[in-house]
Amino acid sequence: MSTLEASPAESLPERPHHSVVNDFSIQIATVNGSGSQTANTVLMRSIFQMGIPVSGKNMFPSNIAGLPTWFTIRASKHGYIGRRKEIDFLVAMNPETAREDVMKLDSGAAVVYDEPLKLNELRSDLHFFPVPFDKLVAPVCPEAKLRKLVRNMIYDGVVARLLSIEMDEIRTALIKQFGKKKAKAAELNWGACQAGYEFAAQAFTQSIPFKVERMNATAGKIIIDGNAACALGCMFAGCTVVTWYPITPSSSLVETMIGYMKRFRVDPETGKATFAIVQAEDELASIGMALGAGWAGARAMTATAGPGISLMSEFIGLGYYAEIPVVVFDVERVGPSTGLPTRTAQSDLITTALLSHGDTRHPLFFPSSPEECFSMTIEAFEFAEKFQTPTFIMSDLDLGMNNWMADAFPYPEKPITRGKVLNAEDLERLGGFARYKDIDGDGVGYRTLPGTNHPAASYFTRGSGHNEKAQYTEREDDYVNNMDRLAHKFEVMRKHVPEPVERVAEGAKIGFIAFGTSDYAVNESCDQLKAEYQIEAGYLRLRAYPFTEKMLDFIRRHDRVYVVDQNRDAQLLGLMRLELAPDLIAKLRSVRYYGGLPLDARTVTDDVIKQEGK
Amino acid sequence: MSTTVPPPPKKVNRIGLEVLNYKGSKTTLCAGCGHNSISERIVECFYELGVEPWTIAKFSGIGCSSKSPAYFLGRSHGFNGVHGRMPAIATGALLANRTLLGVGVTGDGDTASIGIGQFIHMVRRNMPLIYVIENNGVYGLTKGQFSATADLGSTLKTGTVNDLPPFDCCALALRWGATFVARSFSGDKKQLQAIIKTAIAHNGLSVIDVISPCVTFNDHQGSTKSYSYMKEHESMLHELDFVPYYEDIAVEIPEGEVREVEMHDGSHLRIRKLHRDYDPTNRLAAATLLEEADARGEVLTGVLYVNTSKPTFLEQLDLVDQPIATLPESKTRPSRAVLDQVMEELR
Ligand SMILES: Cc1ncc(C[n+]2csc(CCOP(=O)(O)OP(=O)(O)O)c2C)c(N)n1
Ligand code: SF4
Ligand SMILES: [Mg+2]
Repeated sequence: MSTLEASPAESLPERPHHSVVNDFSIQIATVNGSGSQTANTVLMRSIFQMGIPVSGKNMFPSNIAGLPTWFTIRASKHGYIGRRKEIDFLVAMNPETAREDVMKLDSGAAVVYDEPLKLNELRSDLHFFPVPFDKLVAPVCPEAKLRKLVRNMIYDGVVARLLSIEMDEIRTALIKQFGKKKAKAAELNWGACQAGYEFAAQAFTQSIPFKVERMNATAGKIIIDGNAACALGCMFAGCTVVTWYPITPSSSLVETMIGYMKRFRVDPETGKATFAIVQAEDELASIGMALGAGWAGARAMTATAGPGISLMSEFIGLGYYAEIPVVVFDVERVGPSTGLPTRTAQSDLITTALLSHGDTRHPLFFPSSPEECFSMTIEAFEFAEKFQTPTFIMSDLDLGMNNWMADAFPYPEKPITRGKVLNAEDLERLGGFARYKDIDGDGVGYRTLPGTNHPAASYFTRGSGHNEKAQYTEREDDYVNNMDRLAHKFEVMRKHVPEPVERVAEGAKIGFIAFGTSDYAVNESCDQLKAEYQIEAGYLRLRAYPFTEKMLDFIRRHDRVYVVDQNRDAQLLGLMRLELAPDLIAKLRSVRYYGGLPLDARTVTDDVIKQEGK
Repeated sequence: MSTTVPPPPKKVNRIGLEVLNYKGSKTTLCAGCGHNSISERIVECFYELGVEPWTIAKFSGIGCSSKSPAYFLGRSHGFNGVHGRMPAIATGALLANRTLLGVGVTGDGDTASIGIGQFIHMVRRNMPLIYVIENNGVYGLTKGQFSATADLGSTLKTGTVNDLPPFDCCALALRWGATFVARSFSGDKKQLQAIIKTAIAHNGLSVIDVISPCVTFNDHQGSTKSYSYMKEHESMLHELDFVPYYEDIAVEIPEGEVREVEMHDGSHLRIRKLHRDYDPTNRLAAATLLEEADARGEVLTGVLYVNTSKPTFLEQLDLVDQPIATLPESKTRPSRAVLDQVMEELR
C-alpha cells in the first residue's frame, strides 16, 4: 500500500509526453565533497513543504572527496516513496558521469547541466537546459573560496523555476537547514538560489512536462533518517550505556544520539549525565562493554554494520548462553568483507540470526520505516530484558541514512519494565534463587544484579557449561537441559516478537513475503501487478525473526509465495527453509536484488512476471 | 554439675563477617599452582579490610588463571568472559554501576597475547579496576604453549626455545596510563598482601603483575617463571606496609626510611626503601628501574608507580552518583514535551 490512504492502482503513472504533476524523480549528479548536500536537502524539503509526498536517496561513494554522487528525489502524489529506477529530471553537475547519466535517460526527460559540458549534443529526444553556473555564481558570491559550495544553490533556483516550486518554500527550507546561528550563510545561499531562478525565468521559455503543484499530503509529518529515529528510540527507551565503534552506515545512529542525550538526558538537578556513551577501540570491545553493562543491569546497546557483526560473533554467543540482555543495531551494507560500504543490502540476515559458534539463535527485529525504527527500538529494549538475550535491530543503509517522510512519533505510553530481576527483598522472601532455573515455564530464569546486598544474591556468570545454579558443569544431562531450555525460550519468543502485517488481496493466488526496506518496492509492485497485469497479490511484511504462525498461515493461503531478499543468496528464504514443512517450502519462490541500490518496484514486478510466465 | 563453656567467639572482621564470606568454591587448579596462592591473598585482603563482598564484582577472561574468581569471594557477583576480552566486560559493568569495586583476574596469555589490545586501551582509560595478571609465561589451560610474556631463551617442557622478547605488562601499564603499577610473586605472601590491599584503596586502574609459576608446564629448568628461578632472581624494590584508614597508624618507621603515599580513601601506603631512595610517584624513574632490572636479569617486585591525582575514566564521564543501570524511568525517559519539541524540529 502506498503511504497515502487512497489506493492509486487505477491511476498509475505511465511514461507520458503530456504534463505530469507531482509524480517524477529528480536526480542530481555531483562530485562528493562539493557540498551539494544542503542544496539537495533544501530542494527535497521545499517539495515536502508544498505537501507532496517525497523521498530522498543519496547514492554516495566510500570516499571523502572527488568521486561521483547521485541524489535522487522522488515526488509522488500516490505516496510511493521507494526508489524509482526511471529518472525524469537530471541535474548534471559532474563532468565525469554527465555523459553516461544523460545516455541512461528515457526519452522526454529534462536535463539541467553546466553549460560548458555541451550535453545537448548527445541526444535530441531530451529537454536540455544549459546553465552557466560559473558566470552566475561570481556576482552573488564575491568570496572565490565559497563559490564551489554556493554554486549548488543555483540549481535549486533553476529547478524551482522549471518545476514551479514556490521560492518562499525554498527560502523556508534554507533557513531551517542553516538554523538561526548561520543566518549569514543562509543569505548567501539564498542569493545564489534567486540568481538561478531569475536566469531560468529569462533564458528558458520552453515548457517541460513535469510540474510541482501544492497538495496536502504531508501535513504534520516529519523528515528524518532511520538512524536518527533509532537514536531517539534509544533515548526514550531509557538506554543508559552506549558503546560503539564507527562504521558506515551505523555511525550517525550514535552520533545523532550523542547530540540528543546531551540535550535531554543530563540530570537537571545535578547537571550530570544519566548515560554513558563510550567509543570503544573496536567491535570486540564495544559488544563486550555492552554485555558487561547489560549484565550489571543497564539498558545497553551498540550499533554496527556487517564487519562489526562478524567481529562480535564470539561475544554474542556468550550473551546468548550466559543470557545477557543487550540491543545490537545492524545497519546493513553490502558485503562480503568491506564490500560496498556505502550501498544498501539485507545480506547479514543468516549470519546474524545464527551468529556465533555452537547452537545459537537470536531474535531479529525488522523495522521498515522511521516510525518503526523508533517504536521497535523501544520494544527491543523491553524484549531483550524480558528474555535476557541479545536482540538485534536489522536496519539498512537505505533506511538508516536516507531521509524519509514519517508521521510524528507517538510518545511511548507503556512504562519501562526491567524483566526478571530479583532485589534484596525478593531474595529475603524467596530465600534464594537459581539463576538458570525455569520457574515460570517460559524458559527465562531470574537474575540478580551485582551490588545487591543479600547473602544469596551472587552468582557466577560464565560462557562455559553451567547448571541451573550457574555452577560449572560438564555433565551431559546439565548441558542438554540447559540447551533445551534455551530452545524453549526461543519458542516462547515467537509469541512475543512483533507480528507481521498483511496487505490482503482477496482471492489472490500469489503472495509476497518481504521485510524492512523492501516494503516500498513490494507495495508499489502489488499496485503495478494489478494495474498492468490484472494480477492480485497478497503481501505479508515480516517484522521479526523468529517467524510466527501468521507467516505459515499466509503461505498456506497462497499458491505461490515470492520471498523478496536484498541479497544474492536468498537469505530470508534460506531461514524459512530451515524450519518450514516441505509442502510449504514447495510454494516458495525467490525475488532477489543485490546491486546495492534501494530496491525498486519495477525490478520486483518484472521478476514476478517472468516467473509467472506472463 | 556441669558448667557450659561458651563457644569461643567467632572471628569476624570489622563489618562482622567471618572469613567464610570471602571464600569461593574449592579450587580445581593443580596443587601448587601459583594462582591458588593469589586467590588466598585476595580472600585475606578483602576479609581483613572488611570490604562488603556484595559491593565487589569479579571479572576474568579464559585460562587457568581466569577460572580462579570462582575460588574466592563467593558472595560477590562474578563474570568469566571470553579469552582476552575481560577489560571490555569490566568496563561495561562499571559504566553501568560505578559504585562497584571491580576485581579482574587474568593470565599472561589472556592479557599479553590475545587481549593485549583491550588491556592497553583499559590502561589508557585508567579504568578504575584492580587488574591482577597471573603471569606464568605459558598457556596453562591449553597445556603449555608460550605466551607473549615468556622470556627470551626460556624453554618449554618439550625443549622448544622461545626466540621472541617478552612483553612487560608493567612497563606497558606504566607508559600508557595506569595509575597504580606493581609486580609481585605468588610465593611472597607478605608483599602480595600489602600490594593488593593498597590496590583496593586506590581509585584508578591498578595493574598487578604477579609472577605465578605453572607447576605443571613451566616449573622446570629452562623456564624463567619457576619457583626456583624466581627465588634466585627476584629483587625487592622495597618492603611495603599498608595502613588502612580505619586502623590506628601504629607502625613505627624511622623518618627518612619511609615514604608515605596517601590513597584516595585516606589510607596510607608505606614503602620501605631497601636498596635505594625510591619515589613511587616518579613514572620515568620507575621505567628506568624496570629497564635496569631487566638488563640485570632480575625481576623487580614492589609498587613501581602510584598516581593519585589523575582522574579515572568514570570521573571523566561525569555520571550521576547513583548507578546509571538502575536509575528510575523518571530519570531515563525524557518527557512528552521533549518528544514534541524534537518532532517540531523535524517538521
Ligand atoms: C578465542 C579463543 N582462542 C583460544 C582459546 C583457547 N585458550 C584457552 S585458555 C588459553 C590460554 C590461557 O593462557 P593464560 O591466559 O596465560 O592462562 P593460564 O592458563 O596460563 O593461567 C587459550 C589459548 C580460547 N578459549 N578462546
Ligand atoms: S596447568 Fe599450570 S596454570 Fe594451570 S592450574 Fe595447573 S599449574 Fe596452574
Ligand atoms: Mg599463563
